[in-house]
Amino acid sequence: MAVCVAVIAKENYPLYIRSTPMENELKFHYMVHTSLDVVDEKISAMGKALVDQRELYLGLLYPTEDYKVYGYVTNSKVKFVMVVDSSNTALRDNEIRSMFRKLHNSYTDVMCNPFYNPGDRIQSRAFDNMVTSMMIQVC
Amino acid sequence: MADEALFLLLHNEMVSGVYKSAEQGEVENGRCITKLENMGFRVGQGLIERFTKDTARFKDELDIMKFICKDFWTTVFKKQIDNLRTNHQGIYVLQDNKFRLLTQMSSGKQYLEHASKYLAFTCGLIRGGLSNLGIKSIVTAEVSSMPACKFQVMIQKL
Repeated sequence: MAVCVAVIAKENYPLYIRSTPMENELKFHYMVHTSLDVVDEKISAMGKALVDQRELYLGLLYPTEDYKVYGYVTNSKVKFVMVVDSSNTALRDNEIRSMFRKLHNSYTDVMCNPFYNPGDRIQSRAFDNMVTSMMIQVC
Repeated sequence: MADEALFLLLHNEMVSGVYKSAEQGEVENGRCITKLENMGFRVGQGLIERFTKDTARFKDELDIMKFICKDFWTTVFKKQIDNLRTNHQGIYVLQDNKFRLLTQMSSGKQYLEHASKYLAFTCGLIRGGLSNLGIKSIVTAEVSSMPACKFQVMIQKL
């Protein structure tokens, strides 16, 4: 399952970032930050058919020795970044896609909450619960 | 269908509610229109998030405007925009010949000056939707003859 999940606004500041408590959180913050560059590169790859221009799911952004980072951009330029453990080879592309879909659905629900101002940090309990369900480690 | 009438009636009540609770001088200086437009703005932001959840990514501004004219308008008002014109320099005019929120009023000249109150929410709706898609704009509306109306969108280039 995911080790770290982040939601980044279109102005590139984090709306929500959470990682498993055992690890060094700063490392994940830094990883998510560096992955933003890769996301921008993928979005603006005009004409180069590396990524299907019309898709929201960006796929594997970059692999490191311990972790793999996946990205997803919504139409409102909000980015979801997910870091998963490299040793967890059982995770297939479809599963990552479905995890991002769940994230997107929950984010849409947060957006439609009248008490939520777009641009604030996400503090919804339902969103937290959904992310926890994606991050439960089998260890 | 019952659900269309729900929004129409709620919208009419909203407009009269805002005007009834307006303080002295607010009607003249346009603050009621601003309140309605801001309501539409927040609703537009949430709506766009829901509607674009499953659509592909937009290529450019024109693509976004076409989406607003076709899918967005159909979902909210059950019909498409009749005419979209642009000068390719950031100004778009959306023309709706039979605007759902105005069809219930008489089509003569009687209520022409009050029509702008009923268009403020929709202007905000468009502005909120565009802002969530990354486009800053100013949306104004004009009515020359009921129930046709034109929405003018001016894109602000930063």
